[in-house]
Amino acid sequence: MSKKISILIVDDEKSVTDSLYNWFVEDGYHVRCAANAKEALSILESETYHIVLADIKMPGMDGLEMHRRIKSLNQEAIVIVMTAFASVDTAVQALKDGAYDYITKPFDPDDLSHLIRNATSQISLKEENETLKDKISSLENVEDLVGESEAMMQVLQQVQSVASSSSSVIISGESGTGKELVARAIHSNSPRKYFPLVSVHCGALPENLLESELFGHEKGAFTGAMFNRKGRFEMADGGTIFLDEIATISSKMQVELLRVLESGKFMRVGGNKEISSDFRVICATNKDLKKMVENGTFREDLYYRLNVVNINVPPLRERKEDIPVLADYFIEKYCKSMNREKVSIDKAAIKRLEEYDFPGNVRELENMIERALVVGNSNTIRLKDLPLEKGGEAPTPVESLNENEKRHIKNILDKYDWNISRAAKILKVDRATLYNKIKKYNLKTSDKENH
Amino acid sequence: MMARKKITLVSFGYFDRKFVEDVARAIEKEINAEVTTKEGHLDLSKYYDVKRRQYNGDDLLKFVDNSYPSNRGKTMGLFGVDLFIPILTHIFGQAYLNGNTGVVSHFRLNNEYYGLKADRKLLLERFIKEVIHELGHTYGLTHCHVPTCVMRSSTYVEDLDEKSASFCDHCREKI
Repeated sequence: MSKKISILIVDDEKSVTDSLYNWFVEDGYHVRCAANAKEALSILESETYHIVLADIKMPGMDGLEMHRRIKSLNQEAIVIVMTAFASVDTAVQALKDGAYDYITKPFDPDDLSHLIRNATSQISLKEENETLKDKISSLENVEDLVGESEAMMQVLQQVQSVASSSSSVIISGESGTGKELVARAIHSNSPRKYFPLVSVHCGALPENLLESELFGHEKGAFTGAMFNRKGRFEMADGGTIFLDEIATISSKMQVELLRVLESGKFMRVGGNKEISSDFRVICATNKDLKKMVENGTFREDLYYRLNVVNINVPPLRERKEDIPVLADYFIEKYCKSMNREKVSIDKAAIKRLEEYDFPGNVRELENMIERALVVGNSNTIRLKDLPLEKGGEAPTPVESLNENEKRHIKNILDKYDWNISRAAKILKVDRATLYNKIKKYNLKTSDKENH
Repeated sequence: MMARKKITLVSFGYFDRKFVEDVARAIEKEINAEVTTKEGHLDLSKYYDVKRRQYNGDDLLKFVDNSYPSNRGKTMGLFGVDLFIPILTHIFGQAYLNGNTGVVSHFRLNNEYYGLKADRKLLLERFIKEVIHELGHTYGLTHCHVPTCVMRSSTYVEDLDEKSASFCDHCREKI
C-alpha cells in the first residue's frame, strides 16, 4: 500500500462514530467522521477517502442516496453500508448500486476487521492495477509509430492533443503510411483506452454486409442470419470505432452513418429495438474527401461531422530521415519474432533505401526488411539482400512473406535439382520442415509441371 | 532523569486480590512502571443495557476517566462484566489512544464462558495481555502486525492466546 488507508465514517449517532473512530484509529487508519450525508458529501468534494462506512438510515438523506451521490462525484471510494435493521432489501439495493458490502449493527469485531482488511486488499489491488495500466499505457504511446522527423513529431503532437477528447478524427494519408497505427495511438492514449478499439475495413465489405457488420442483425433478418449478432458500433460501446477506407462506403451507408453519429442510436438489421452506444469515431482514407464532397460522391454533412480533426500522415518519401530508425525498428521486430540475434544493416543498404521513393510507404519498407531477413543469412543486411540492388524500383513491393518464402524455396530446390537433403541444408531447416513447406505451397519440379 | 511511569489498576466488583496483584506485577515487569491497585465502587446497574444484556463500555470508560485524575498516570478500570460498545457485539477492553484511561473485562476471557473447564492460569495470562494491550493504547500505540506483539489486534480469545504479553521491539521503543 503506497499510503495510509483513509476511512470516512458517516452516522448520525455520535456513539457509533466515536466507537468506530477509536477502533480504526487504534488500527492505524486515517479516520474522519461525519454526522450526516450532507456533511459527508461536502467533505468528499474536497478530500478523497479510500473507504466510506455509512449508515443506511439517516435523517435528511439516507445512506443509499448518499452512495449514489458519492458515485456521481466520481469518487472511487469503497462504500460499505451499515444497517441497524437487518433489512436485506436495502442492503441488496446498496449492493446493486455498487456498494462493496454491508454490515449489520452491532458488528462482531472480527467481522469488521475482516471487512476492512478485504476492502484494503481490494484497494491495494486497484492501485497495483492502475500502476500496471500506466506502465502499459506508456508503452502504447509509441506503439509502432516510429520516427524522429519533424513531420512525424507533428503527427504525434496531434495524436496527443486529440486523444483526451471524444471528437471525430479523419486520418488521411497514402496507403501504407500507418494510418491505423495513428488510430491505435489515439485510442490507447484516450480515456476510452480500457474499452475496445473496433476496426472495420469498409472497403473490404459489400454494402449489405457492411450494414450488418456495423449495426448487427437479428436472427432471421436475412438468409443465413441464424443468430442475433452484435454490430461493431455496439461492440465499440465505451471505446472507439475505426472505419478504414471510409471513402468507399455507398451513399446509402453514408446516410445511415450520419444518423448514427448524430444520435448515437441505431437498430440492428431486422430489429425494432433502438440501441444506444457511446463510441468515438476515427476514420481513415487515402482519398481526398474534400474533393469527393465537391464532386458529389461524399456527403458534405457527413464530411463535416467526421472531419472535426484531420491528421495527415506524411508519406515516407517526405520523411526520409526516419528511414534508418524505421529500418532498425523493423529489424529488431522481425529478429525477435524469428527468434534470431539482432542483425545490422550496412551503410550502403541504408543509403540505397534513402534514395528510394517508397510508393508503398512504411509498409513497403517493413516488407523489404522482413524479406531481407528471410533471404539473407548473414549477420548484416547488405545491399544485395534488398530488392533494390539493381535498377531503381522494388520488383514486388507488396509481395507477402508467404509468396516470398515460396519463391525462395522453389529457387533453391530448382538450383539443387530437387535434392531435398541438400536444399534443406542450404535453407537451414530439417527435411521434414522442407517437405511440409513443399506440401504447403504445392511446389512441383519443373519436369513434373511439364508432364 | 525521567520520572517512573505510574499506573493504577482499579477493580470494580468482585476480584480475587491475588489475581489483581499478579496482574500488577506482570505489568511492572513489562512496563517499567510503578503499579498500584485499589478497589473502585460504582453502581454498575446504571451502565447496564437491558436490550443487549451487556454493560456499556463507552460510558464506563468515561466514568473511570472522569473519576481518576490524570496526574496520577494511567488508570485501568478492571471489570468482570460483559462489555459492549454501540457498534460492536462485544469488547474485551478499550482505552483512549494517547489518553490516560482504559477499561478491561475478564468476562469473555474466561474459559467457562465458552463452555470449557475453568483455567485460572490461562485466564490470568489473557487478562494480563489485554490490560497491557490497552495500556499500550494509552501510551499512543496503535495495533501492531507483529504476530507475537501484545499490541496485535485480538478479537477472539484464540488471538489472545497466540500472542505474547510483551511488546515487540518497535512498539517498546515508542512507550
